[in-house]
Amino acid sequence: MKRTNVISAAILMATSAMASAALADELNVVCSAEQDWCDLMVAAFEAENPDTDVLMVRKSTGETLAQVRAEAGNPKIDVWWGGTGDPHLIAAEEGLTQPSGVSTDELLGWARNMSDISEARTVGIYAGALGIAYNSEILDEKGIAPPACWADLADPRFAGEIQVANPNSSGTAYTELATFVQLFGEDEAFTRLAAVGANVNSYTKSGSAPSKAAARGETGVSIGFMHDMVKLAASGFPLEIVAPCEGTGYEVGAVSIIEGARNFEGAQAWVEFALRADVQSRAPEVQSFQVPSNSNAEVAPESPDLASIKLIDYDFATYGSSETRARLLARWDEEVGDPNPQE
Amino acid sequence: MKRTIFLWLFVGLVGFVLLPWHMTDRGFTSFDWMRDDAPSTGLMLVMQGGFWWLLAPLLAGLAAAAIQLKIQTPVQRSKLTLWAAAAGLFLTALQGLVIVRAGPRLFETFLTGETVMGGQPGFGIGAGVVVIALLFVLTNALSQTGKGQGDAFVVSMIGLIIALVAVFVFYPVSHILVRAFEVQGGYSLTEFFPRFFDSDLWGLGCVIGSRSCGTAINSLFLATLTGAGTTLLGLSFALIFTRTDFRAKKVLRVLTIIPIITPPFVIGLALILLFGRNGTITELAADLFGMEKTRWLYGFWGVYFAQLLSFTPIAFLVLIGVVQGVSPSMEEASQTLDADRWQTFRYVSLPLMRPGLANAFLLGFIESLADFGNPLVLGGNFGVLSTEIYFAIVGSVADPAKAAILAIALLTLTLSAFLIQRSWVGKKSYATITGKADSGQNAALSPLVRTACYATALPWAALTFVVYSMIVFGSFVKLWGYDHTFTFAHYVRAFGMDFSNGWRFSGVAWDSYFTTLTISTIAAPLTALVGLSTAYLLVRQKFVGKDAFEFSTMLSFAIPGTVIGVSYIMAFNFPPIELTGTSIILIIVFVFRNMPVGVRGGIAAMSQLDNSLDEASITLGANSFTTVRRVILPLMGPAILAALTYSFVRAITSVSAVIFLVSAKHNMATSFIVGRVENGEFGIAIAYSAVLIITMLAAILLLQLLIGTRRLRRTDRVQQPA
Repeated sequence: MKRTNVISAAILMATSAMASAALADELNVVCSAEQDWCDLMVAAFEAENPDTDVLMVRKSTGETLAQVRAEAGNPKIDVWWGGTGDPHLIAAEEGLTQPSGVSTDELLGWARNMSDISEARTVGIYAGALGIAYNSEILDEKGIAPPACWADLADPRFAGEIQVANPNSSGTAYTELATFVQLFGEDEAFTRLAAVGANVNSYTKSGSAPSKAAARGETGVSIGFMHDMVKLAASGFPLEIVAPCEGTGYEVGAVSIIEGARNFEGAQAWVEFALRADVQSRAPEVQSFQVPSNSNAEVAPESPDLASIKLIDYDFATYGSSETRARLLARWDEEVGDPNPQE
Repeated sequence: MKRTIFLWLFVGLVGFVLLPWHMTDRGFTSFDWMRDDAPSTGLMLVMQGGFWWLLAPLLAGLAAAAIQLKIQTPVQRSKLTLWAAAAGLFLTALQGLVIVRAGPRLFETFLTGETVMGGQPGFGIGAGVVVIALLFVLTNALSQTGKGQGDAFVVSMIGLIIALVAVFVFYPVSHILVRAFEVQGGYSLTEFFPRFFDSDLWGLGCVIGSRSCGTAINSLFLATLTGAGTTLLGLSFALIFTRTDFRAKKVLRVLTIIPIITPPFVIGLALILLFGRNGTITELAADLFGMEKTRWLYGFWGVYFAQLLSFTPIAFLVLIGVVQGVSPSMEEASQTLDADRWQTFRYVSLPLMRPGLANAFLLGFIESLADFGNPLVLGGNFGVLSTEIYFAIVGSVADPAKAAILAIALLTLTLSAFLIQRSWVGKKSYATITGKADSGQNAALSPLVRTACYATALPWAALTFVVYSMIVFGSFVKLWGYDHTFTFAHYVRAFGMDFSNGWRFSGVAWDSYFTTLTISTIAAPLTALVGLSTAYLLVRQKFVGKDAFEFSTMLSFAIPGTVIGVSYIMAFNFPPIELTGTSIILIIVFVFRNMPVGVRGGIAAMSQLDNSLDEASITLGANSFTTVRRVILPLMGPAILAALTYSFVRAITSVSAVIFLVSAKHNMATSFIVGRVENGEFGIAIAYSAVLIITMLAAILLLQLLIGTRRLRRTDRVQQPA
């Protein structure tokens, strides 16, 4: 009798010891920002929270949204950090994410706005303005005067030199479409887009591809997010960046906690961490030049200065909704991009 | 026979009584399930946990045992055993599908009670053992009823492969294909047809008008040309290897292997740097001949070019074994009958290579259809199905229904190609390896054919060499294409080691590198095993529904990786089979995606082995298992090598399926590389690719050493031109 007790006590102690050893929290993070930034965030978070083991994997926003949808009901991801805001808003709209309950007091207006329209399900962490980039070597060689405004892109001097993504596949290009609509009104916007379209050599699938092509001289001019262009220019390519004179739209990168997350406390701690001024100030260390959402965070000198760029009052609630999106894209297919373009 | 059935029943009982039925959180090997107080084995769950529905497999097994003992008439006994086992399997699957974590999915009114509502986790090792045991009881009983010539080994193999394909191909894929028929709140056929026959898909604008063609037509056109081109190139290489005295065969061999071991996007990038508007060769041509710099690379021709580079090695791998296998006796007979070398090649050798040519074409065709990296990088405005499917799933407007319809269009193309290939090969015999003495020498090629082979193969080899030199070069310079200062920085960042504080892998790539190698090493032999077993069944055995079975094994290969990836998440994120986030799901996806290459290569090689070899072995008293092991396998060397090589390499280089299935714990090299490419860090991506290429090359050479070359004849000689 006694012996069984001893044995069972020993087993009990062994199991409880094992259980406590394994108690270190696991936090599953999907990161949709640049790999280096993801690595930096994980290292910094683990340094502050030694009990948490952050398991991070990098996937693009589209891939993450597809995975979150497919896993709905039994998610394997706790928190989704980084990447353009639209897919985060769609996830919020579909109830795939949950309110984080983290304070947004220190954040700038556009970041709080994300939280307001998604019922606190997603919060803005950085912003990036839309712009035009051109390869100065190519334009010099061909004797083409650089563009300064959206209107310039319709000029015949850019025939076959402009590259931009297809809004059906790329969020970047959809932001451009929505920006045109908000700047010029819907009908005027499509006329202008069609005029620019006459100069476009191809509508790429990926939103960041045009600027990469411009950096390597495969195309003369590209439309995309300025922080991507800054990064390419900083790594040595002859890329010049233009903030269009009519004004421009922007994207807001976001962070969301997945509905049904297994480690909600950890996810919450992550969101709090990601919104802190000192954490956001570290992004330029890894060549990420987006504008941070915390009003106390330092802005890198290389970052596009949002104050000097004419930013439109981008209406995320309207243009992020699935309904508007479907309508605008259908019209884009009809009037601008031929889904079966001529070879 | 009876003994085998009892053996499997016993295995099933052990699985039910001793092993944990459900998946355990910490994994099976931690043995936590043994220490826990909570019931874990099937038996304990039924007795203590109130999981009464788990009684079904136990009862089925006991019933089968009782039938085996009590009933004397053999036919009736096996039929009843069959039914018992089938019922057990059906009920086990049903309980798994109905009672899931959050309570029952169906029959909510009928199934009530606390434990039922609590649900259950996914199948664990115990459930797996029980299911396999019941399956083999079923197949053994089936073979006793006289099916499959009463050969239990063959019937069990067929049963096992059908079960595996059903669970790991049909079950997940059905999750996504069913979306094609989905409309608001229900399913409809009438909605499907107009969407399927839309002109965006099948439009012939490029033939009859000024618009371009639909995406399906584009894909079909591209795939046909790629299939034909790679087969031709592959054949040229195979002929140069076996029928000429070409000096630099070894170099050529390496060049034909390298493209398949190249991670995606890398070939496309290298081509842009060479032939893009600002590429090296374009600049050179512009300087020398004043040619205009154009963007011709972005569109059909660029994609075709890249696909030829990437897929020729697959055709070569299939064809080399077949070309070697063509018996010299036949060629000698032809020459004795006064045919010249051209006639011998045209009317004897070439027709004997038909199964090889057909299978090589089919593989090239399917690879081209499912290829995603090259069209993405080089496609420009040339839309193909695979990229459209990807963006229908991950694009800014996700439309799974559209993805499913496009996937069905793609499958339609594959099925048609498959049927055409079948009718072209026909029912003739291509057996040339007969076991009879033949010590002849292979006919040399006629001058015309030889020149043609050199003229197609050597420029291709030269181009491959240039492309790969560029890649190696790119990994050692600061900014590929712009700042060509020599640097080791990319390698140090990716594969650095830190010696300051003991020995530590500090590079950022090590984790994914080790995971990738482990997973591919596990997946490759499994893939070869499943693939070649299937080939054996298809070539050597006759059974009902063989054609459908053959096509079903091709299915997972023909469906684009993106669709497979998403369907795997949909199917295996929930009980009964919950695998997401583990390394098992990666291994499974590789095995079932790459198995068709083993199947095709195996079929091509095995059609050359004369049936009389098997018959002789069987006559001498060997059973079919021994025949496979002692007679067929040793003659299958090249096919085994091809299957192993290919599956190992594909597990390392495939990207589209993997991207959804990788998790933080199990990240793969390709997803790491793609992330870097997306981020514009080509240097580190290419350095990583170069290391992977060298790793794979080493592995392939090792495999070649291990497997060795098969000895078909005393010597392999090529006739010297007189």
